[in-house]
Order: sequence, then C-alpha cells, then structure tokens
Amino acid sequence: MNIREVLTSSLDSIRQNKLRSFLTLLGVVIGVFSIIGVMTAINVLQSSVETNLNILGTNTFFIQKYPAVQIGGGHNWKYRNRKNLTYSDYLQLKDSFSGPATITAEDWHGGDPIKFKDNQTKNNVGIQGVTPEWEFSSGYFIQSGRMISRTDMEQMRNVAVIGQDVIDVLMPLYDPIGQTITIRGVKFSVIGTLERKGSIFGQSEDNVVIIPLTTHMKMFANRWSSLGYAIAVMDMSKFDDVRDEIVFHLRLIRNVPLTAENDFEIVSNSSLIDTFNQITGAIKIAALLISSIALLAAGIGIMNIMLVSVTERTREIGIRKSIGAKKRDIMNQFLFEAIFLTEIGAVIGIVLGIVVGNLLPVTMKVDGVFPLDWALIGIIVCSAIGIVFGTYPAVKAARLDPIEALRYE
Amino acid sequence: MALLELKKVTKVYQIGTVAVHALRGIDLTVEKNEYLSVMGPSGSGKSTLMNVIGCLDTPTSGTYILDGKTVHNDEKKAAENSTNGMLSDDDLAYVRNQKIGFVFQTFNLLPRITALHNVELPLIYAGFHKKERIEMAKEALRKVNLIDRMHHQPNELSGGQRQRVAIARALVNNPSIILADEPTGNLDSKTSQEIMQLLDELQAAGNTIVLVTHETDIANHAHRVVHFLDGLIASDEQTLKGKG
Repeated sequence: MNIREVLTSSLDSIRQNKLRSFLTLLGVVIGVFSIIGVMTAINVLQSSVETNLNILGTNTFFIQKYPAVQIGGGHNWKYRNRKNLTYSDYLQLKDSFSGPATITAEDWHGGDPIKFKDNQTKNNVGIQGVTPEWEFSSGYFIQSGRMISRTDMEQMRNVAVIGQDVIDVLMPLYDPIGQTITIRGVKFSVIGTLERKGSIFGQSEDNVVIIPLTTHMKMFANRWSSLGYAIAVMDMSKFDDVRDEIVFHLRLIRNVPLTAENDFEIVSNSSLIDTFNQITGAIKIAALLISSIALLAAGIGIMNIMLVSVTERTREIGIRKSIGAKKRDIMNQFLFEAIFLTEIGAVIGIVLGIVVGNLLPVTMKVDGVFPLDWALIGIIVCSAIGIVFGTYPAVKAARLDPIEALRYE
Repeated sequence: MALLELKKVTKVYQIGTVAVHALRGIDLTVEKNEYLSVMGPSGSGKSTLMNVIGCLDTPTSGTYILDGKTVHNDEKKAAENSTNGMLSDDDLAYVRNQKIGFVFQTFNLLPRITALHNVELPLIYAGFHKKERIEMAKEALRKVNLIDRMHHQPNELSGGQRQRVAIARALVNNPSIILADEPTGNLDSKTSQEIMQLLDELQAAGNTIVLVTHETDIANHAHRVVHFLDGLIASDEQTLKGKG
C-alpha cells in the first residue's frame, strides 16, 4: 500500500467524522495558537523596540534614580531610599567632567492641561523641564523659533517650546511663535516649535511642552522630584570611557563609599534592550510552558479519540485484513490519521496565531512579522505529538485478530 | 495436484481452562473449478474450517496446502523446530489478498465509500496503480452486472446489489478460490436465487467455489456437499448436479 493511498484514506476518515475531528484538533489549535501568537507578538515588539529604541538616541545614556523597568517587586525601597539627583549634583558633575559629551539635566511631569484662548489639551501632555544641552541629547529638532537658552534658564523665564500635537489641538491656524499658553494658571510664551517625531509603541512623541529646567523646578518640583541626566556622547568609540568617567565623578559628588554600589541607575539603549529581552524571555518561557501543557493535553485527547476510532472501526479493520491488509497497512492508516489531525490543528493554530499576533503591530503601526522558525517548530512538534500519541492506538488496531474483528458488532 | 489440500487438520480453542475441539482431524481436498458446499449445524466446525481455509486462522495441527503453497505443516514445523512450516501474519495477509476471495453473510462492505472503491480495496493492498485498479474494479463490477451503480455507496444499494459488490470484490484479484460464508443468509428467496445464479455462472466460467450454508436448496447448487458434525466430516457426497 503506497503512501498516497494511506494519505487518502486517512483524509477520508477525518472528513467522515467532521465534528469529532474538529473537537480533537481544537486542543492542538489552542496549544499551537498560544505559542505562535505570543511569539509573533514578541517578535513584533522586539523588532519595533530595536528600531524605535532611539528614544534616547544611540549615542545617549541616562542617569536616573529609578531603573527604567523594574522586574518583580521587593526592590522598591532600595530605590526610594536613594538621594534624589539634584540640580546642584548636575552643576558639580558638569564642572568636574571634561570628556567628549554634553550633559543635560531634565525633569518631567504630566497631568496638567495646556490652555490657549478657548482651547485646552487633555491632561496627557508631557511637560518637560530641560537644560539647553537638551538640544543635543533628545533626538528632537527645532522646526521654527529657538530652543531653551542659558538665559532662559538663569532667569527662570516662562517660555516654552511646543510639540506638533499640542499645536494641532491648541492653535492649528496660528503661527505659534509669540503666542501665550497657560499651564496651571501661569502664562508661558511660545518661543519655538519641534519637528514631528512620530510615535513609539503607539505613544505619540509629539505631545510635549518643553520649558527651562529651573522654571520647571520652581513651579512643579516637590521633595520627591529627582532629575534625570542625559549624557550625549560625541564620539561613539568613547562611549564606555565617558560612562565610566561620569559614574566616577557622580559617585564622588554623591559621597558613595568605595565598596557600595551606585546609588543611581545607568540606562542606555543596550541596557533597555537587555531589560526588554529579560521580560520577553520570561514571557516566552511562560508561553512555551502553557502551550506545552496544552499540547500534552491535546496529545492525550488525540490518543483517546484514536482509541475510540479503533474500537468503532473494528469491523472495518477486520474487513481490510480479510482482503489482504497487512499489519503495517493498518498501522500506517491509523498513525497517519493521528498525524494528519495534529498537522491540520497545527496549521490552523499557526495561521490564527500569526493573524492575532500581528494585530498588535497593526494597532501599533509597525511592520508585521511571520515567525517562520516558530511555525516550523510548531509543525515538527505536532508531527511528533501525532506519532507519539498515535502509535499506541495504531498498534492496537494492527494487532486485532481478523476473525474477532469481523465478528465485532 | 489438488487446489486445496487439508490433512489431519485440528483446531483447538482454549476458552479459559476449557479446551474446545472445533476441528478434530479433517481430511479434505478440493480440485480446481470444483463447486463445494459445506453444511452442518452450528458449532459443528464449519466456520472454523472456513477461517482456516481462508487463512484468517491457522490450524493447531495438521497440514494445509493452498494452490501449491504450504500454509501450515506441523511435521515440517516439528522437524525443523522453526516457524518454517507456518506463515507469518503478513504472509497470511498476502495469501488472503492473492488467493482468496471472501463473500460474507453480512456483505462486509465499507459503508462510506462507493461500490467501485470497495471493489478497488484488495487491489490497493496488492499494490496496483490507480489507473489499473479502476479498470480491474470496473471489469469485476461488469461481471456482476453492477457497472451502472459503481458510484453508489452501500447504503444506496439493495441487499442483493450489496452482495454483488462483495462478489465483485472477491473476484477482482483473480483469486484461486472464492469462499462464500452463508452468502444468501441475509437475502430474501428471490434475491438469493439471483445470487446463487451468479455464483453458478462464475463457477461455470472456471472459478473454484466453497460455499457454507445450512439451507439444502442452496447447498444443492454445488456439485459436492460435505456435512460436518462435531468437528468431523460426517459425509462427503456428489449432488445431483455433480453427478450431472
């Protein structure tokens, strides 16, 4: 009996028991779907993280009080008990450091709507206080007007540079330069606008208002406010040297004992990507575990249904044997049926997984991905499941005594 | 040489601790193109005989030679102290496929495939290619006069038609012998006559037929009738037809 006949007869029998086949392969579908869905979504995130993580600019790293992403609980007090990064620390750092880099200090808050005449933004605008060096570390470019200057800083002027989203909401028909906006009841005069930067992970980067750091500190700071320092390195080959030097000076300024660890965090693109990979790695393992369990359950389901099928078709097996089917023929027939069931489940699961996994990039407006490696792994694993769980029923069928089988009602 | 030769064939079933002697030493020869009926009350061993002849079962002892092939020979088996005198399961399957055509009381067609496909089945296991298979299956269906129903499934056919499909399936691989086990047992008398007429025609065309029945008028279609009783042949005689 050749392979084509085996395949045809397996397909026939699957087709003849549509509902049962469907229910059986549902388990496989769910198992494969969960793994492929999660892997697709993570691949999408990863590729968009790697392309978009110029949040900081490739040549920039950050010093801040808290880590960028905290995994797990329990460490919170360690970070909270640190001294705030202050403006005076910043000034000392700038004085003592002389390497090829600019150091920006910045602070940020949200929750205040911006008002202009009768218009008002939602309270989701990021209000950022920065030093003039911000121009070099931020990745933003001036579209019209000018940036925050040293004089703005020194005199704590109420001036603002605004992003395109803010312009769209407040004053789409005006020339923004020279207009007066209001934040928490205080008037700011618009001195510049930023070029549109786009969005990362569906979050607009243009919904911002930039003001002098000193103004921000005076108006919005409280005892929990800790500044962030952005260090833009001019020469990428000196990146590590600059980082080490900054750490050295900052430890001195903040009186960190020699043997103690840093009382601040260093965040760079690569450290962000590392953190991100740690998280996605954990998600991947979880997804792998869940779908392994689902697939194991599915395999047992397949074994169960194949055993039922063997019993139900005892007479058919008897007939086939009486007209010349060898053990191997019967065995192949049932084994391939099991493999087919899992394969069909695998294909449906993969398609669903990729579709659902790619819904994320559609909402995030990034490119979709096709996780070929996981699709192949899915197919192979499902074949293995079909073989492992299909063998026992198939052997049982092949071993049936033809006389008993023919007599079976 | 005889087409089929049984010598001192016994069959003992072990049911729990009780040994059931289904065949107690049968000697039987069937020549080529013979038309033989086997009769006897239930439990007399005629079904066991059919299973042994049809290679669905092997004798406990004795010798069985079918068409020159030794299916079972326990002298040889004892002498060589090996399985040489016995065919393996796969060999038995091969013999069933090549040399035996079964016709059952309950037709035993696969229910969800067409008549043509049912007739094709033995050829699939024989390894014929699809094109060849379909030609041969059509030819067999033509012989039983059912070529116009070849695309029907068994449940769309009458009892008589189903049995014709089964006969076509038995014929399709040109077997040495056709074994019909109560072929008319599930049919009304008119249809029974049609089926018997078909078997008569096949025998006339050169086929060898062994028929198991408990109805005398069916048995009398054959040329020779063997009566079974308690696992032994009680009588073996020519019918009127056989005496010709």
